[in-house]
Amino acid sequence: MVQRIVTIRNRAGMHARPAALLVKTASGFASQIYIEKDSERVNGKSIMGVITLGATFNTPLTIIADGPDEVQAVDAIEKLFERRFEEE
Amino acid sequence: MAQQQKEKFLVLDLLQLDLRENDALNLSCIGGRPGLIREISVTEINRPGLELGGFYENFAWQRIQILGRGENAFLQKLAREKRREELSKLFTFAIPCCVFTHSLTPTADFTDIAEKAQCPILQTDLSSSEFTMRILRVLSTIFAPKKTLHGVLVEVFGIGVLLLGDSGVGKSESALSLIERGHRLIADDAVEIRRVSGNILMGTGAQVVSHHMEIRGLGIINITHLFGVGAIRDKKRIQLVVQLEFWNEEKSYDRIGAEEATMDILGVHVPCVTVPIKPGRNIPVIIETAARNERLKKMGYYSAREFNRNVMNWLEGESTREIFLNEK
Repeated sequence: MVQRIVTIRNRAGMHARPAALLVKTASGFASQIYIEKDSERVNGKSIMGVITLGATFNTPLTIIADGPDEVQAVDAIEKLFERRFEEE
Repeated sequence: MAQQQKEKFLVLDLLQLDLRENDALNLSCIGGRPGLIREISVTEINRPGLELGGFYENFAWQRIQILGRGENAFLQKLAREKRREELSKLFTFAIPCCVFTHSLTPTADFTDIAEKAQCPILQTDLSSSEFTMRILRVLSTIFAPKKTLHGVLVEVFGIGVLLLGDSGVGKSESALSLIERGHRLIADDAVEIRRVSGNILMGTGAQVVSHHMEIRGLGIINITHLFGVGAIRDKKRIQLVVQLEFWNEEKSYDRIGAEEATMDILGVHVPCVTVPIKPGRNIPVIIETAARNERLKKMGYYSAREFNRNVMNWLEGESTREIFLNEK
């Protein structure tokens, strides 16, 4: 299992477009992927779940992956956060 | 109305069109029968008043010539000799046909000269204006740009939905299921599409096979007989395209629906959704929902956009709250 803490850098926060991008990336991996905010944990492959977190600008989130390609999955998702989901 | 665009449209074809109610032209041929093989090549019409008066500049002889009460009265007022002279001149042009409205009957010499020139004389009981409106509508449909697509056209909640996809993907089966749920079939397999009035796409089925479907394992079935007249429709405007395809693991499908994809048919952009097929997915229900959603969009409500607006407002609220709390 791999865990990593990331921060949301795009001002608009986790709305539908970034959430779709995250879910699309996560769905490309075989591992189980979860996103955690405070104590709330959602499935990283579910759009509605990811939006429900209500992750705003500068919120720290934990990415958790468990499975055969866990490291690659976490790397790929972290990259999305670094690139601000191609926004701004 | 099964003429191919490249095929010639003859006066005879005009007489044989199956038009009903307020499309009916009520035409009959009252003279010049051999001329029924003349071709109609333009959508416009002409009232030959000026020409009967002897003025032939810019005479649109390729058009159908409509003679109403005015033209007829003028001809009757002309002296016999003068009339023969004018009519002989008129019929030196290869006019496709002359139409007398109000059930008017031409004078004997008119029929005589027209017959010699092999120009068909048609008669209708409609008024000139009404006939003009109807014939223009009919001709513009006949000469409209057209195309045949392999798919199924169904009406779902009043929306014309064109189902497209490779053979065997389940277009006909989905359509059958929709009919069973109370929706209507317009055409199966080959859908003839015409672009009328600029940007309206009208879909119909081929006359011979209309309202029959081929279902693998059952063969050819007659929808009208099996489900009744409520289950069919002759033509319908195409307002939504549903592209069915086998689920492709490599491809990512639209998860939000905020971006609107369209498909170009005869230069008209039609909203298009791609629905992947997989065991356990109830395709008819998805198509019904797509049609409902399309109706909402027509009313100005975009589910996906409204949803995201709510999310953004909520995130913004959370954001300000956090800033406020942190400052304290």
